[in-house]
Amino acid sequence: MSSPAVSAAHGALDGVSHGGDAHHHDDGSKTLLGFWIYLMSDCLIFSGLFATFAVLGNSTAGGPTAKELFELPYVLGETMLLLISSVTFGMAMLGMHAGRKGSVVAWLAVTFVFGAGFIGMEVYEFAKLIHEGAGPSTSAFLSSYFTLVGTHGLHVTCGLIWLVVMMDQIRRFGLTDATQRRLSCLSLFWHFLDIVWICVFTFVYLRGAI
Amino acid sequence: MQALFSRLRYAGVGAAVLLSGCNMEVLSPKGDVGAHEKSLILIALGLMAVVAIPVIAMTLWFAWRYRSSNKKATYAPNWSHSTKIEVVVWTIPAIIIVILAVITWTSSHALDPYKPLESEAKPVTVQVVSMDWKWLFVYPEYGVASVNELAFPTDRPVNFQITSDSVMNAFFIPQLGSQIYAMAGMETKLHLIAREPGTYAGLSSNFSGEGFSDMHFKAIATSEDGFNEWIAKAKASQASLDDAGYKALAQPSEKVPVAYYGNVAPNLFVGVINKHMGEMSHDAAMHGEMPKEGMHHDAPQESMQMDMHHHEGGDAVSSNITPAKAEK
Amino acid sequence: MFGKLTLDAIPYHEPIVMVTLAAVLLGGAATLAALTKFRLWGYLWKEWFTSVDHKKIGIMYIIVALVMLLRGFADAIMMRLQQAMAAGESAGYLPPHHFDQVFTAHGVIMIFFVAMPFITGLMNLVVPLQIGARDVAYPFLNSLSFWLFVSGVVLVMMSLFVGDFAATGWLAYPPLSGLQYSPTVGVDYYIWSLQLSGLGTTLSGINFIVTIMKMRAPGMTLMKMPVFTWTSLVTNILIVAAFPILTVTLALLTADRYLDMHFFTNELGGNAMMYVNLIWIWGHPEVYILILPCFGAYSEIVATFSKKPLFGYKSMVYATSCIGVLSFVVWLHHFFTMGSGASVNAFFGITTMIISVPTGAKLFNWLFTMYRGRVEFNVPMLWTVGFMVTFVIGGVTGVLMAVPGADFVLHNSVFLIAHFHNVIIGGVVFGVFAAINYWFPKAFGFRLNEFWGKASFWCWLVGFYMAFMPLYVLGLKGMTRRMNHYANPEWQPYLIVAALGAAVIAVGIFCTLVQFYVSIRDRKKLTDPSGDPWGGRTLEWAISSPAPFYNFAIVPQINQLDQFWEDKQNGVAYVQPAKYEDIHMPRNTGVGVVMGAFGTVLGFALVWHIWWLAAVGLLGMIGAFIARAYDRDVDYWVPAAEVEKIERSRHAQLKQFQTTQVAPVAAPQRQKVA
Repeated sequence: MSSPAVSAAHGALDGVSHGGDAHHHDDGSKTLLGFWIYLMSDCLIFSGLFATFAVLGNSTAGGPTAKELFELPYVLGETMLLLISSVTFGMAMLGMHAGRKGSVVAWLAVTFVFGAGFIGMEVYEFAKLIHEGAGPSTSAFLSSYFTLVGTHGLHVTCGLIWLVVMMDQIRRFGLTDATQRRLSCLSLFWHFLDIVWICVFTFVYLRGAI
Repeated sequence: MQALFSRLRYAGVGAAVLLSGCNMEVLSPKGDVGAHEKSLILIALGLMAVVAIPVIAMTLWFAWRYRSSNKKATYAPNWSHSTKIEVVVWTIPAIIIVILAVITWTSSHALDPYKPLESEAKPVTVQVVSMDWKWLFVYPEYGVASVNELAFPTDRPVNFQITSDSVMNAFFIPQLGSQIYAMAGMETKLHLIAREPGTYAGLSSNFSGEGFSDMHFKAIATSEDGFNEWIAKAKASQASLDDAGYKALAQPSEKVPVAYYGNVAPNLFVGVINKHMGEMSHDAAMHGEMPKEGMHHDAPQESMQMDMHHHEGGDAVSSNITPAKAEK
Repeated sequence: MFGKLTLDAIPYHEPIVMVTLAAVLLGGAATLAALTKFRLWGYLWKEWFTSVDHKKIGIMYIIVALVMLLRGFADAIMMRLQQAMAAGESAGYLPPHHFDQVFTAHGVIMIFFVAMPFITGLMNLVVPLQIGARDVAYPFLNSLSFWLFVSGVVLVMMSLFVGDFAATGWLAYPPLSGLQYSPTVGVDYYIWSLQLSGLGTTLSGINFIVTIMKMRAPGMTLMKMPVFTWTSLVTNILIVAAFPILTVTLALLTADRYLDMHFFTNELGGNAMMYVNLIWIWGHPEVYILILPCFGAYSEIVATFSKKPLFGYKSMVYATSCIGVLSFVVWLHHFFTMGSGASVNAFFGITTMIISVPTGAKLFNWLFTMYRGRVEFNVPMLWTVGFMVTFVIGGVTGVLMAVPGADFVLHNSVFLIAHFHNVIIGGVVFGVFAAINYWFPKAFGFRLNEFWGKASFWCWLVGFYMAFMPLYVLGLKGMTRRMNHYANPEWQPYLIVAALGAAVIAVGIFCTLVQFYVSIRDRKKLTDPSGDPWGGRTLEWAISSPAPFYNFAIVPQINQLDQFWEDKQNGVAYVQPAKYEDIHMPRNTGVGVVMGAFGTVLGFALVWHIWWLAAVGLLGMIGAFIARAYDRDVDYWVPAAEVEKIERSRHAQLKQFQTTQVAPVAAPQRQKVA
C-alpha cells in the first residue's frame, strides 16, 4: 500500500541526491524539483481516494451515516494539533535559515509531539468507531472513510519517523547542505499533509456533519 | 453525402470480402440494430481507408524509391520542413475525423442500447439474469422462465432488462447487434429486434470465471405462432422458480442444459437486483417490514438508471468517475 | 507460522508446471554452478547488481525483459495451442483453471514485465547520453527502481510454482477478483507484484523528469532535444500522472481482500464500476507510456538511416504532447458497453478519434523523412518500415472501435485482441527490437549480426500477420475473447492458422537469441571502433562504443538540433580538448538490491498472510533505507589524469579507424554526395 511507498519515495529522493549530482552543481534544486513531482504524484493518490469517497460517501448500506458518527469538536481539536505542528515546523525552518542547530532540533521535537498527538487522537477515534460497530467493513462509505483518513494518517506517521531521523542527523552532522536539503523536503511534505488534512476536514467531516 | 457513404460502404465491403470470403456473423445481421451497426462499421472503415491506404502505399513506395542503392532518386540531405506538407498531413486526417465524429455522435444516439426501438408492434419484455455460469431469461408478461434458451417473435422489439447475480458478464447475440454488461445490483437495458426467423448464437462476452466458455445460449427468433408455442411449452413445465428453485439454480454450475420454468415467483428479477444493493435490503431490515413491491421496483429503476444513463454530455467526465453517485 | 502456506501450495498434479519447475531448477542450478565455477559472483555484484550507472541498469532491465518475453510468449503458445485444439466436443489440453491463469499471466507479464522494462531500459540507456549528462538525477533511486521491479518479477515467477496466479484477466475486474469469487492467492500475487514494480516505475518516472528538465547539456533548449528524449519526457510525465491511480486502485482492491472492506464488492454498497473506471484511467495512458518512446526510437532511426534530418521535428513534438494530454480523456472507450449514456459514449469516442490525428501526422513525418533520402535497410530500419505498415492497420481498427456503435458488436471479441496486438506488437515490440539493434553497439561496443536480425524481423512480421489477421475475422464471426473451448467448429481453421503464426513468431524469437549468440561470438569482427556505426545524428554517437562510465569527458555545448551531425559536417566532431577535469561520480551501492530483496519477502509474506515475515520485510526495507540516509560516502571524483588516459586511447583508436577505413559501413562521409 502507500505507506512504504511514500516513505521510500521521499527518503529516496532526499537520501541520494548528494551522490547523484554528476556534473551539475549540488545546489539542491534537482532534489526539490524531484520532491515536488513526488508530492504531485502523492496528491494524485489522495485525489483517487477523495474521488472514491465522493462516489461511495452515501453508500451507507443502511449502516450509520457521517452525521451520526462524526464529532466535530473532537476532529477540530485534531486539526488544531496538526495546524500548530505546521507552525512549529515553520519555526524550525526559521532556525535552520538562521543556522541555529539547537533551535532547529528543539522545534522539530515540538513538531513531533504535536504530530504524535494528532496520530494518537486519530487512532483513538478509529478505535472508538470500530468499537461502536462502525468499522471499515460495515459499509462502502465507512471503507472509503477509513481508507482516506487512514492513508493520511500513514503519511503523517512516515513524517514522524522522518522527523526522528532528521533530528538525529542534525544532531550528528549539523546543518550541512545535505541535512538542510532534506529538512526542506520534509518541510514541504509536512505542509503538504496539512493541506491534505484541511481537505479531509472540509470534505469528509464538515460536509458529513451538515 | 449519402452517395459518398454508399460508395464508401462498397469499398468497405470489398475490403471485408477480400479479407475472408466467408460468412461473418457480425457482418450478416438479422435485425435492425445489427444492420445499422454493420453499415456503421463499413462506412467508418471506408472513410479511414482514404488515409490508410495511401499511407501504406507511400511507405512502401518511398522505402523502395529512396533506397540507398538507387542513385537516380533525388537526394535532399537537409530538407526537413515543408509547411505545405505539414498543413496537408494535419488537415486531411482532421477532416476525416470531423466527419467520423459527426457520424459517431448521431449513431451513438441512434444506437443507444437504452433507447426503445420505434415500432408499431408491441414489444416483448425479457428479464435477463447472468449467473455462474448460465443465463436465466424471465418473461414477466407470461410468467415463465428459461435457462440458456431464449425465444421471441420476429418483427417485434424485444426489451431486455439485464442484471447479474454474481460477477460481471456481457449479454450478446452477435447477429442481432449490440451487447451490454450484466452487473450485480443494477439493471442495464438493451433493445433488439429480429427481422428474420432463425436460431442465433448468444454468449457472454465478458470473462466471468471457470465456466465462462460454456455460457452460451440459443436465441430463437420465430413467428408469432412459434413464439406462442414456445411459451406454451415453457408454461407446461412442472418446474417452478420459487425461492427454493432459484437458490438451487443460482449455485455455480457449468454446461447447463436448456430448462423451462412454468411458474415464476413475481418480482424475481427485482429481487435479484435488490439482493446486491446493500442499501435497500438494510433499509428493509431496519424498518422491520417487507418493502412494498412498488418501492422495490422504483429503487433500481430510478437510482440505477439515473446513474448509468442520464448524465448528459456536459458533465460527462465527472459523471463517469462517479457512476454510482446516488442522487438523493 | 506460515499463514496460508502449506506444502499443498505446490501444484504437484499439474504436469506442465512440474516439468517447467524442473527445467527452471536445473537451469538455475546450472547457472549458479557456472557463476561459482568461473568466480563471477564478485564481478556481478560489484559491476552490475550494485551499479548505479544508468547504462548498466538499462541493460539489466532489457535482459530481464527478454527473459520475461520468453515466459510471456510460452503462455501465448499455450493459449494458441489450446484454442486450436478445443473445438466442438474437444476440451483441449488445458483445463479452464489453468487456461485462465495462462491468459491472465500472459497479459500481466507482457505489459508490466516485458514492455515496461524494455521501455524503461531503453530510456535508461539512451536518455542521459542524448542530453549530454553523466547519469540520471538520482542514481541510487534508479537502482532501487530496478530492484523493486525485479522483486515484482520474482513474485510473478513464484506464483507459477507456489500457489497459483490470478485467473481473472489482466486487469482483474471485481467482483470476480474479489475474495468471494477468487479465494486463492492468485489475485494477491497479482496485486503485490504490480504494487512493487509499479512503485519502481513511479520512482523512475520522477527520476527521468528531473533528469531531462535539469541535466541537459548547456545550450540544449527543449526544442533542441532529440525526439527520443522528448517522447521519454512525455512518457515519464504520463507515468507520474497515471501510476498513482493504479496504486490507489490496487490498494482499494487489497483493502477489499485483506481488510474485508467494500469498495468493489457486490454487498454493502460496493461499486465495481468504479474499479473499471479507475483502472482504465491508469490503463489508457499506460498504452501511450509504452508506445511513445517507441515512436521516439523510430524517429531517430528513420532519420539516421534515411541520411536526412527528421521531417517536421516541431510537429513531431507537438503531436507527442497532444497525444500525452489526450490519453487522459479517453478511458471510457474501454467500456462503452457498460451502459453510460449516448452522449458520454460519443464524447469519449470522439476524443479517442482525435488522437489519431497527431498519430497520423507522425506517420506522415516518418514518410517524408524517407522522401528524398538515401534509405539504408539495416535491421533497425526494417523494423521501422514494418512498423509503419502494420501500425496503420492497427490504427484503423482502433478508430473503428472508438465508434461506440461499432464497439457494441466488436467489444471483448477477438477482433479487439487482434487490434491491440496489432498496435502493441506492431508498435511497441517492433520498436523495441529496432531500438535494441540500433543502440546495441553503444551499449556493448559491437554491432549485432545483420543476417539473424533480418531473419528475426521477417519471422515476426509474417508470424504476426498469420497469428492476428485470422483473429480479426473471428471477431467478426462473433468469437469472444478468453474462451477455453468453443462449440462452433467453423472457428477452428482460423485458430489453427493463428497457432501456426505464433509458431513462426517463435522462430523469430529463436533467431533473435541466435543473433545475440552469433554477435557475441563474432564481436571482434562486428566491433564499432568509431562509436558511430550508423552515421548518427545525436550526442550519444559522439562518444566511444561502449560509452565510458562517465559518458562525456567534457560536457558538450549545444547550439542546434542534431549537434553531432553538424559537427561532423563541419569537421569538428572529434576535437580533443586541451585539458580534462576531474569528474564527480556516484558510488555504487547495494542498498537497492537489499531493499528489493526485502520487498520480495514483504510481497511473498503478504500473499500468504505470514504477518511476522511481512513485518520483517517492511522493517527491512525502511531500515535499509534509513541506513542509506546515514551513508555519507556516496560519491567520488575521477581524477582528470584517468579521464585523459581513457580518452587518449579512445582518440587513438578513432584515428586508426579513420585512416584504415576507406569506405565505412554506414559512413558519415557519404552524405557529402549531394
